[in-house]
Amino acid sequence: MSEFVPKVDGITKNKIEKTAGPWREAWNGFKKSKVAVAGMGIVLFFILLAGFGFLAEQGYLGQNIGLEGINDQKLSDRLLPPSSEYWFGTDDLGRDIFSRIVHGARISLWVGFFSVIGSVVVGSALGIVAGYYGRWVDTIISRVFDIMLAFPSILLAIAIVSVLGPNLQNALIAIAVINVPNFGRLIRSKVLSIKEDEYITAAKGIGMKDARILFSHILPNSMAPVIVQGTLAIATAILEAAALGFLGLGAQAPMPEWGKMLADSKSFLHSAPWTMIFPGIAIMLTVLGFNLMGDGLRDALDPKMKS
Amino acid sequence: MDERKIVLQVKDLQTTFFTDSGEIPAVDHIDFHLKEGEILGIVGESGCGKSVTSLSIMGLVPKPPGKVVGGEILFEDKDLLAMNEKQMRRIRGNDIAMIFQEPMTSLNPLFSIGNQMTEAVRIHEKGWSKKKAEGKAVEMLKLVGLPRAKEMMRDYPHQLSGGMRQRVMIAMALVCDPKVLIADEPTTALDVTIQAQILKLMRELNTRLNTAVLLITHDLGVVAETCERVIVMYAGQIIEEASVKMIFEDPQHPYTKGLIQSVPDMRYKKERLYSIPGSVPKPGSIQQGCRFAARCEFAFDRCLTEDPELYETSAVHQTRCFLYDREGVEQHDNKALIES
Repeated sequence: MSEFVPKVDGITKNKIEKTAGPWREAWNGFKKSKVAVAGMGIVLFFILLAGFGFLAEQGYLGQNIGLEGINDQKLSDRLLPPSSEYWFGTDDLGRDIFSRIVHGARISLWVGFFSVIGSVVVGSALGIVAGYYGRWVDTIISRVFDIMLAFPSILLAIAIVSVLGPNLQNALIAIAVINVPNFGRLIRSKVLSIKEDEYITAAKGIGMKDARILFSHILPNSMAPVIVQGTLAIATAILEAAALGFLGLGAQAPMPEWGKMLADSKSFLHSAPWTMIFPGIAIMLTVLGFNLMGDGLRDALDPKMKS
Repeated sequence: MDERKIVLQVKDLQTTFFTDSGEIPAVDHIDFHLKEGEILGIVGESGCGKSVTSLSIMGLVPKPPGKVVGGEILFEDKDLLAMNEKQMRRIRGNDIAMIFQEPMTSLNPLFSIGNQMTEAVRIHEKGWSKKKAEGKAVEMLKLVGLPRAKEMMRDYPHQLSGGMRQRVMIAMALVCDPKVLIADEPTTALDVTIQAQILKLMRELNTRLNTAVLLITHDLGVVAETCERVIVMYAGQIIEEASVKMIFEDPQHPYTKGLIQSVPDMRYKKERLYSIPGSVPKPGSIQQGCRFAARCEFAFDRCLTEDPELYETSAVHQTRCFLYDREGVEQHDNKALIES
């Protein structure tokens, strides 16, 4: 990397001076994996798709962009196979499946991101407290996590949604709740090891406060696995949202949620397979994208891979 | 003969670890003092309690399982052990600072040197602007002999070598001009040439800033090079205390003698390097008698039944060994034995 920089008029222009921080280094590592970059490409594609759908719905893109409204029904065009007019065909109510998938991207990503953010925030807070303070606080929090993990996660989600009432927002909350123990345990174990690190003792040695050590030293240092786990968890959350939608416990008709679309079209599996195939592909691709990206991030951020 | 003021006095300190397999008295009734601008060495094998002593002074003994169970630590006549966490925090860094064994892990890998140095400054100088704190940080980095200090502020710990990192640690510890610097094996993780540089730096800073240094090490060479006075610890106790000259010229405790003999000497070719037979007992495993008795070639009956005290053999020399008990009956016989 280091190239010889000749002296120009006595001034050495040294480009290597720019120092690479740990995040930049991780990015360089991430870039090396083509699969991970492809995964990120897929994710970005769906994010753009979601943004495009949003803008189209708000009417910013004009009327004639070929994207139908979410619920524009044309009963004369029911269950049409893919064509130049309806790229992905139409469903049993004559709605354009392509348009619904574009709009559905927004819903799936929204559920994915926000449920994971919810579980990361709550899980991190509990995990840090449990790991740093230990003793009875740790015992209580850890046992609660254990109990939550003892339930099959989708069952727990169904229970939560049944209590709160079936709609998309409650599905999101349910997914966030069932993922809390995963993040909590992850952070807790990371904090347990970091708090024994010498720079924490050194920070105490120069008279730093507990809260400051927690938030400016322990928290940033325990974030790497959370980012990895978080990316992978978005994929799972999207799947779980689709599963809840499929079971009729998540998004309600006429929302173009991918899982819901699958559920609605299951009776046409033989006569109009495209009604199922395309939402299925959309789910698969998004989940695949997040998984590949998550794996790449893990390789880039794993301390064991660092020299 | 030495009229300097005592800045740190440790009286009858006891630190015990309460583990599942019983209580382990890691530091067992220790007394010593540190004078202004003095460099005091504490030597001993691993597990003899030297690190625990320093952590006790800083109030950083990991608890549980560790706990300071008795004694006093007086810093300028204030008992550190009686202080609450908030008062203690003001002492740490401001009055007593500490540097650690592993420069590789003592800096937070996520933040730049400048970031961490500035943070250290601003913990104690709350009113300072970021710019002023940065200025101070650069000044400290220069003081510890780091070239291109200004550029280094932007570097991350992994970009520096071990020696440079240890210099950064020293700079950070000295930021607020502490009166006492505790250095816990500051050179153990460094190679020999860097070790010499760091020791030289510490001596220079000691004379320049008049900071008293408590140097904890297991390396007698480091002690010889740096310290004025030495404390030898064994199994949680001080077994000998003397000026550096006396320790090397006239080591009295059989353990100290053994330690010095086991340092390779370049001048003579030896068949085999001396080693003290046996190994260090687990603290607390010896309930009665001298802790070193089982490994001591001069041990006699009294050593196995009674606890020796620190006997003063001269104004600058104390030894925890019955061979130097002036009131002891067998003193003469054994003195003869040891000299033969």
